Amino acid sequence: MLYDITLKITYTYETPAASNRVMLRMLPLTLPEQKLISGFVGTDPQPDFRRDRSDFFGNPMTELAHDQALSEVTFRFAGRVRRTPLDVSLDLSCAHAALPETLAAIRSIAPESPHHFLGTSERIRHEPEIVDYARSQCEPGMSTLAVVRALASALHRDMTFDPDSTEVGTTAIEAFRNRRGVCQDFTHIMITALRALGIPAGYVSGFLRTYPPEGQERLEGADAMHAWVRAWCGGETGWVQIDPTNDMMVGADHIVVALGRDYADVAPVKGSHRAMGGHATTHQVDVAPVV
Amino acid sequence: MTEAQAAQTLSDLLDGYHPREGMSDEMMRGDGTLREAWQPFIDFLSGRTREDLAQRFARGDQYLRDAGVFFRQYTTTGSTERDWPLSHIPVVIGAGEWARLSEGIVQRAELLERVMADLYGPGKLVSDGLLPPELVARNPEWLRPIVGIQPRSGHFLHFLAFELGRSPDGSWFVLGDRTQAPSGAGFAVETRMATSKVFFDHFPGANVERLAGFFRTFRDAVNGLREDDGRVAILTPGQHTDTYFEHAYIARYLGFMLLEAEDLRVDDGRLSVRTVNGTDPVSVLWRRLDSRFADPLELDETSAIGTPGMVSALRSGAMTMLNCIGSGVLEARALMAFLPRISEALTGEALKMPNIATWWCGQEQELRYVRENLQRMMIGPALSTSLPFEVDGATVLGGTFRGAAQQPVDDWLARDGAKLVGQEAVTLSTTPAMIDGQLVPRPMVVRVFAARTPQGWTVMPGGYARIGRTEDPTALAMQSGGSVADVWVTSDRPVAKDSLAAQAGGPYSRRMPGALPSRAADNLYWLGRYIERAEGLVRQLRAYHLRLYEAGDPEMPLVAHIGSFVSRYGVDLAEPVPAGLLDLFDLARGCAGKIRDMFSTDGWHALDDLAATAREMAAAEPGDDTARVMGLLLRKLAGFSGLVHENMYRSTGWRFLTIGRAQERAGQIAEMLGAFADLEAPAGSFDVAVEVGDSVMTHRRRYAVETNRNTVIDLLALDSENPRSILYQINILQEEGEALPRPDNQPGMSDFARRVLRLRTRLATATPEELTTERLAEVGAEIKLISDALGAMYLE
Repeated sequence: MLYDITLKITYTYETPAASNRVMLRMLPLTLPEQKLISGFVGTDPQPDFRRDRSDFFGNPMTELAHDQALSEVTFRFAGRVRRTPLDVSLDLSCAHAALPETLAAIRSIAPESPHHFLGTSERIRHEPEIVDYARSQCEPGMSTLAVVRALASALHRDMTFDPDSTEVGTTAIEAFRNRRGVCQDFTHIMITALRALGIPAGYVSGFLRTYPPEGQERLEGADAMHAWVRAWCGGETGWVQIDPTNDMMVGADHIVVALGRDYADVAPVKGSHRAMGGHATTHQVDVAPVV
Repeated sequence: MTEAQAAQTLSDLLDGYHPREGMSDEMMRGDGTLREAWQPFIDFLSGRTREDLAQRFARGDQYLRDAGVFFRQYTTTGSTERDWPLSHIPVVIGAGEWARLSEGIVQRAELLERVMADLYGPGKLVSDGLLPPELVARNPEWLRPIVGIQPRSGHFLHFLAFELGRSPDGSWFVLGDRTQAPSGAGFAVETRMATSKVFFDHFPGANVERLAGFFRTFRDAVNGLREDDGRVAILTPGQHTDTYFEHAYIARYLGFMLLEAEDLRVDDGRLSVRTVNGTDPVSVLWRRLDSRFADPLELDETSAIGTPGMVSALRSGAMTMLNCIGSGVLEARALMAFLPRISEALTGEALKMPNIATWWCGQEQELRYVRENLQRMMIGPALSTSLPFEVDGATVLGGTFRGAAQQPVDDWLARDGAKLVGQEAVTLSTTPAMIDGQLVPRPMVVRVFAARTPQGWTVMPGGYARIGRTEDPTALAMQSGGSVADVWVTSDRPVAKDSLAAQAGGPYSRRMPGALPSRAADNLYWLGRYIERAEGLVRQLRAYHLRLYEAGDPEMPLVAHIGSFVSRYGVDLAEPVPAGLLDLFDLARGCAGKIRDMFSTDGWHALDDLAATAREMAAAEPGDDTARVMGLLLRKLAGFSGLVHENMYRSTGWRFLTIGRAQERAGQIAEMLGAFADLEAPAGSFDVAVEVGDSVMTHRRRYAVETNRNTVIDLLALDSENPRSILYQINILQEEGEALPRPDNQPGMSDFARRVLRLRTRLATATPEELTTERLAEVGAEIKLISDALGAMYLE
């Protein structure tokens, strides 16, 4: 599939914000299943400083600074991406019980190593309530991929998608207790659960195509940036991506922007706006198939 | 002769001293004889009376108090500044033994550098199986944004500290590597100063290796890391950190700037400091702040004490950081389990000095060993950076939990093994502490410092020892009541007397004070304003309470008029020493506290004394009694002002303090005249104006008449010779303003200078009749605009 994508994030400040230094992760990654054909990250007004590079996990990122105080600033991406979904119908993943041994054999701290995606990270804590929930979804003898799928289904069943119930700073446990949230919350809860089960799990930020093919329902999360889970299922299968908000394996309708351990690693705009008053943010996303 | 007056004999001193079975003692061998290095010191000690020793100890304590040495102690309800707990008896170590110890330290420092370069580079230690990946990947101090950064200096580590203990067999071992942002070098100097005061007549001839050479070498090495004209600065988290005193001290001692995150900014990948002269590039930063707080943009996003873009500046190679961000990864306890093998693999050499035996419980064999030897194990978090003796509730010692957490240790190990390490429960050596006039053996650890120089690592000859409060080796930390002793490395030959101060008569170079950071200027400016505001308030309160005493009636028009004027500060007149006044002293103290490196200890004590006196007097009776208290406070305020005026170097900092005072005073007089020199004001108001304006005598001399509006306005607004007049203070603003640097490098007058000159001209040419109450209000408003102009140019 070929998509034309635009993303526009605008911050409006009550009083102008000085020393506006930000890091953007808005440019989609190039992966085996995905190719960025063309694309550009820009800002309005023009920045006084700009540097583009990759972060530890290989995500393209842009550092920007504005010297002048700003009352409004817009960050935008526009580009074309080709998506060739991988076939994940065959479960070759290792048995869940064999995962620790498989992991122990991997002696690497390189970016793709699963070791980064266990334990805690900035937004992922050890949460006994989620651990209990995760264990209750497992049965003996399951493959790792089966556990991953079971958890995504369980969360889809037990949680309600509700854009008004949480905000960007909501923790996994808060959303889990309310059984409500958006894609970020679904994703953080599932990562917490998977890591508790010893399955390396990370966060994927990206896009969903805005309007589904005819005859299909519109997916949740299509009107903003989307998030889903990446889980490591053993040496053979490696990383698989799964969307707990929509209970589906990631396919042709998902476009990856950035990979990380949790939201803190991939936030599209991360920055220090030294503003006295409050600010408002608007996101606009459009993902259109090129016919 | 009483017991206290009798000189002690050697046997008085040592007969009751019994090293513990199975422990090494610094002073005494197992057979009860003295170690050689201690002999001269103990000989000296045994010739003293108890009274003499008590006086000597008091002298050392007094020195530390006068020097303002303190540390911050944390309790469940907050933190307080506590006296530095000096244990007066030094630990004496022979130079030969120290040299061997230093070899082990240098080897370890080099090894740690290689480990760090690998962890933030190729990661071969993990791929070669020398280090388990999870100990790196799950270590919160392993900071991914640093991976791939090449430090400009070619090295990650430049200044390290090590916590050492001595085993029962007499050999030294490492308890902990302090690589993050090691503190204590400044405390080592102060501890040395205090101890040399205690033994002022023994120390000079005792062949104790001096510390100054180490600091000179380090200072020169750091200055050598600069490129172009950039500055060298120390980055501190600020006054609320437990070692802030030391940061301020070492900055002064070495001549480096002391900065906080908000002083710094990153532009175009370069780091600079905002000063009153504009922005100045910073080339070398000695980081005394934990890595992950250093940059909210790339590291901990919740950090309020970081500088956005700091990692970016490091990455672009525009500065050198001591130590490079991320160095805390080397402090994890679990690393100790692997360092012996890593040393052999990387260098082909065994560690010259072992570290505390450590087993990571994420490995089957090691886990079994820890289980089988629970009785002599200390078990705690694998990635903790705490020293082994800093045990908490989640530590298992000898098979049982220290805290209330109750669960079978076996289950804990089985479930959380990979998160745990076992460390051999250590037996430390003891050293003598003087307790109630008796030498008593107490457990100790020594903190040793090492610095990188162009010739390699150099080790400070000495350091300090932490001495346990009791015989329990887990009570060494100062936070739990431990004390600190100097470490003397003694040679059998005379040592060079050395200090960082220039030699008498030698060539000298005058170090020009560096540019003043804007934050420091802001604090000095507000210190001036708060102190002056406090003084004005005290004068008004005195006038109020005197009138109240005379009239006996708060409703009397003049009393009520003063009362309502004073109340505009939010002051409650029912309180004799109002909370609003105490707040001003606290605010002043807060400003001074943020610039301890450029504020004299005497000035600090004077401020402390002011605030304490005001609090003590809070129970005064309204009326005459309170007026007397205000008089006392005025004299103390005059004392502080005298210190500032007579003793402070006429630096840019002093000018900001002076401008703050002048501006506050000018504004206050304008406001005060508006209320009391008004023709509608109650009878007696003119006298109040002259009294609050501290010009009663002058008025009497200069005008042959009773006070009237014209005489009051003439004296307190327009007289250029009266320090209590508006014009006089505006003249100060003009003079000091002209001496300030111009950060914007613009030609012509600044907005600040223009406004000051206009106001000055208006006042200099005005007649008392022209200066109506309405006009005075305009003058007050103009003074506020002058303040804004100053702030916009220098302080924001």
